[in-house]
Amino acid sequence: MDKIPILKMGPFLLVTIQVDLYDRLALTLEADLVQMVNKTRAKGVLIDISAVSIVDSFMGRIIGNIASMSKLLEAETVLVGMQPAVAITLIELGLPLNGVHTALDMERGMNLLKSMINDTSNIGDNEIEEDDLIVE
Amino acid sequence: MILSLSKDAIEIIKEQDVVLFRNRLKETAIRIKMSLVNQTRLITAASELVRNMLRYANGGMCLIEIVTRGRDNGIRLTFTDKGPGIPDIALAMRDGYSTGKSLGMGLPGSKRLVNEFEIKSQAGEGTMVIILKWSHG
Amino acid sequence: MLQKKKKSILENWMKNQLVYEGLREDLISNDELRIQSEKLIDALVANLSADGINDLDSEKWSPVIEILGGISITRARQGFSPRETGNFIFTLKEALLLVLQEEIKDDPKTLYEESLKISRLMDNLSIVTFETFIKGREEVILRQTDEIAEISTPVIRVWEGILALPIIGTLDSARTQIVMENLLQEIVNTRSSIAILDISGVPAVDSLVAQHLIKTVSATRLMGADCIISGIRPEIAQTIVHLGIDLSSITTKASLASALAYAFKSMKLEVRRANTVQKL
Repeated sequence: MDKIPILKMGPFLLVTIQVDLYDRLALTLEADLVQMVNKTRAKGVLIDISAVSIVDSFMGRIIGNIASMSKLLEAETVLVGMQPAVAITLIELGLPLNGVHTALDMERGMNLLKSMINDTSNIGDNEIEEDDLIVE
Repeated sequence: MILSLSKDAIEIIKEQDVVLFRNRLKETAIRIKMSLVNQTRLITAASELVRNMLRYANGGMCLIEIVTRGRDNGIRLTFTDKGPGIPDIALAMRDGYSTGKSLGMGLPGSKRLVNEFEIKSQAGEGTMVIILKWSHG
Repeated sequence: MLQKKKKSILENWMKNQLVYEGLREDLISNDELRIQSEKLIDALVANLSADGINDLDSEKWSPVIEILGGISITRARQGFSPRETGNFIFTLKEALLLVLQEEIKDDPKTLYEESLKISRLMDNLSIVTFETFIKGREEVILRQTDEIAEISTPVIRVWEGILALPIIGTLDSARTQIVMENLLQEIVNTRSSIAILDISGVPAVDSLVAQHLIKTVSATRLMGADCIISGIRPEIAQTIVHLGIDLSSITTKASLASALAYAFKSMKLEVRRANTVQKL
């Protein structure tokens, strides 16, 4: 059965989705990722969806789930590289992906994760970070 | 007046059929030069409806049609299943309502993504959904 | 029979076309016209057989219709008037009828029957000509509409990482769609993290337009960029509040200048008056 590889890089986990997800593959990814976060004590998860051309409500839900589950395990999730057409479709579908952080590309996503981790370590610093674009 | 130019029926019984169906739909959309955003809208809407068909009716048939209204072409999809049907369509079309464990965005969301949306259902007999998306607009 | 007379039909037709006062020598040279005419007659005569003449839908006619369609579409694009295009096919009909008259002048009955057939055929071909001519014109119009839409939504790169999109004129659904698509694509192309949507040139904002704006902002955020709406005039602020539209989820600024200042600040950039005494 197909699997989406999860890479570990420092305190972060990297996932690059290169194929259009079907439901079972997405569910496997959700389970694997949560296991990996727990095992590696990762502080952040980066999901690159720049090669994904379709995100429907099921996959939107999986992405939201991954973010919420990681949060419970003290890791932040950043979704990077969403295609314009996918973004428009998700909004019209009625899924603004509340609570999922987003960034334009891997590099910025990584910076965002780093700044979020720094933020939580200096408690009381409420300054909004440069790229901290939380979808409300 | 809407004329149908070509027809292509695909049977959907297992999850892997969805990938095939999506690819076929994508090819068709590219053939009629549908804009990328509209392609994405159509395939996403179709993806929602196919999932419903698999989840609630153990699969069904999908008819892909290229239609024309003169200067603009479009794609019409007809999904038919022999599932349990939807007892209250108005309720099913409401945002956030779901009998399964989903977000309840499938039906109302798909409707927002296409130009025309029609749903007919008979409890115990099955459901038929017809959607239409023009390549521009 | 008509096959033998091809030459004389062509001559007659050319003569007819050339004496026509609306001949557009500025748009098409005589030689070119002759080549077009020859091609059409060749295809036409090759297909003129007793049985197929009444059935324009049959496969046999498709080359003729194709040539004719090609000619009419080119003419529509070149800017021929409908009358001038029509003349092309009507003069052919006259030329054909003339040849018929000369050939079968001894037998009025056959002449009448054949003329009727030719007439019917040529009338059908005229319809084809006009249909394609109009289609060609519509394509021109459609292309222009697209161009206007494209021109009316310029995406400007005001700074490294900052895009601005001044919207001037009424915002309807179709236009917001183009605005949104252009903006999002440009964010990807320039890797900009902030986009400013300036609506100071928009005469009115109703709930539908507001909804479109919110949609654009949300989509920008999903892609990982921030979208600011600027240029909200007092009247628009009034209507927004009166209509009960909630824009609180969106960063709004009164002017493009203050939006730019906000963008600079969030990118940790500072704008200062240059100090002329001290060199940096």
